[in-house]
Amino acid sequence: MHREGMVSIWFFIGTLLSVYGVLILGTGIYEWNSPPPTVRADLHAAVWWGMLLIALGAIYVYRFAPGKGNE
Amino acid sequence: MHYFYDDFVHSISAVGAPALFLLGASSRLITLSGVDLAIIICYFVAVLGIGFYLKRYTKTGEDFFLAGREMTAWIAGLSFLAANLGSLELMGWAAAAYQYGILATHWYWVGAIPAMLFLGLVMMPFYYISKTHSVPGYLKLRYGEPARAFSAVSFGFMTVLMSGINMYSMALIMKVVLGWDIHFSIWVSSITVAVYVGLGGLLSAIFNEVLQFVLIWLGALLISIIGLIETGGWNGMVARIHHNFPGGDYTHLWSTLGSFADNPMGIHWVGIVLGLGWVISFGYWTTDFLVVQRVISAKDLRSAKMAPIIGSAFKMCVPFIVILPGLLGLAVLPEKLVGETQALATGAHSYNEVLPLMLIRYCGPGLLGLGITALIAGFMSGMAGNVSAFATVWTYDIYRALFRKDATDSHYVSVGRWCTILGVLVSIGAAYMVMEFKSIMDYVQALFSFFIAPLFGTVILGMLWKRATAHGGFWGLLVGTVSSISMWAWVKLDPTALRYVALSPKAKDMAENMYRALWSWTICVVVTVVVSLLTKPKTKAELQGLVYGCTDLPSEGDLKLYQRPIFWAAIVAVVFVALQVIFW
Repeated sequence: MHREGMVSIWFFIGTLLSVYGVLILGTGIYEWNSPPPTVRADLHAAVWWGMLLIALGAIYVYRFAPGKGNE
Repeated sequence: MHYFYDDFVHSISAVGAPALFLLGASSRLITLSGVDLAIIICYFVAVLGIGFYLKRYTKTGEDFFLAGREMTAWIAGLSFLAANLGSLELMGWAAAAYQYGILATHWYWVGAIPAMLFLGLVMMPFYYISKTHSVPGYLKLRYGEPARAFSAVSFGFMTVLMSGINMYSMALIMKVVLGWDIHFSIWVSSITVAVYVGLGGLLSAIFNEVLQFVLIWLGALLISIIGLIETGGWNGMVARIHHNFPGGDYTHLWSTLGSFADNPMGIHWVGIVLGLGWVISFGYWTTDFLVVQRVISAKDLRSAKMAPIIGSAFKMCVPFIVILPGLLGLAVLPEKLVGETQALATGAHSYNEVLPLMLIRYCGPGLLGLGITALIAGFMSGMAGNVSAFATVWTYDIYRALFRKDATDSHYVSVGRWCTILGVLVSIGAAYMVMEFKSIMDYVQALFSFFIAPLFGTVILGMLWKRATAHGGFWGLLVGTVSSISMWAWVKLDPTALRYVALSPKAKDMAENMYRALWSWTICVVVTVVVSLLTKPKTKAELQGLVYGCTDLPSEGDLKLYQRPIFWAAIVAVVFVALQVIFW
């Protein structure tokens, strides 16, 4: 979309992923010493998946921030 | 398009959304924590916020019904795929993978990729250059009003009914998986979709579909990753499946399709290639307006051609988040899942619960919320696709064509908004009707399948054969549809007719559906050709922009190789062939 002033969909996605990343990473850290009763809980998936979401979200938010003139 | 492959458990779309009808467990599978609920609430806030935000950009009919024809290839391509990637598809195909193994992947590969590439390379120029608003709109331009009216009414009617059935099925899943009240699930999800599509039209639907596509991947991907870690990779998973199910072949795509009796689907490779890979797949992906609408909204012809190619690349990857969890379930779940009848009788878990079971196996608080959000997002993207396509077809191809031809653009936008709400309300009504009379689902699912195969015959002849006439197009479509209904009724009344319709008394429902589609397409084509040869053709000038040979297609000679759609389509095709060989 190249409409004047319109915020890119990727910015919305980046924002939501960042929020999700913070929530999931926070949960993973909180549960680090007492992980949930899931298979392979030793992997601490919430921690690295939360970090991945934050990284992806941050890239999209930065790259497609309003006013940057991106699609 | 939907097809039964188990006698009553659930239906499977030839190329998409299966509907899970009966889930056996009586108590909830998953209990959500506070952070899970926060993640789900954030999702609802986001989709509604996008709808309210985009309303200001949705002023004209072109904005509301075709998103201003400004979508980039990536957005149109992801939306094209997301409209098909519903949550019922995620759960249904994971269940099919547990039951039938990797054979279920045919619906993602041979049952989708060739058709999507064909749409992009061959058919999109005619949809795009003709500037049609819809597939029925193309039929009007090519064949005249009767063909459009028949196609539009059948599409509109069946789309909202299917939407209602999917809504009910989804609410049932939410009840079983999360313990949510069915009425709560139906109304909250429906009102949300009605609000954001009603406000922002196709623009809002597409934006949210891209968001939902990302969430579906990020919510479901983790199951496959951790599952492969647990089993020690693909080979470890295969070894465990062989150990758990000795004698069964769950990991080969083609080698068991030499005979109806050699594979659990009861299907022959001819049915897969010609029925699924040709008629059903091409019919759905190239003529179902639900998906085609997303591509028509592209900003230029090159983007419109690239969008299905981009969609096909991602479609090839979807088995990683849908089929693989089902296969992993075969490898790692301690209990054996069973069919619905047995599940209802014994209280065991059914095939249909494999995805939620895998989700709770690997995902704790937070990740669980993300996984459930993926399911909700999938459901809403599918519903929004149905509703936005319904609003466009109803407004342009029924209301404007048959009732009020010369109203203002703003009037049609207003009608479109009301149609969105009407579509949602009719869907809700259909959901409640199904709740009362569950056998309706059998008939509606079959009814929907009647239209796609003949419609593909009509559209493809219209685009590629300039001799096809208005009478030929209309009668071919009508006779093809009636023949499909007749074959279905014949087998219902006399099950021994299966030997004629599906060429084997051993054929199961899925095989019957494929052969019926093949016959009805053939009949449509034959009738169209015969009637066309007996009636007066249109002039070349009348066919300008509509038919191959009468249309000046823009040259791509000035584009660099990597900018050309054919280049990327070739790469997708090579990967597609390689995957067939690898998993042969």
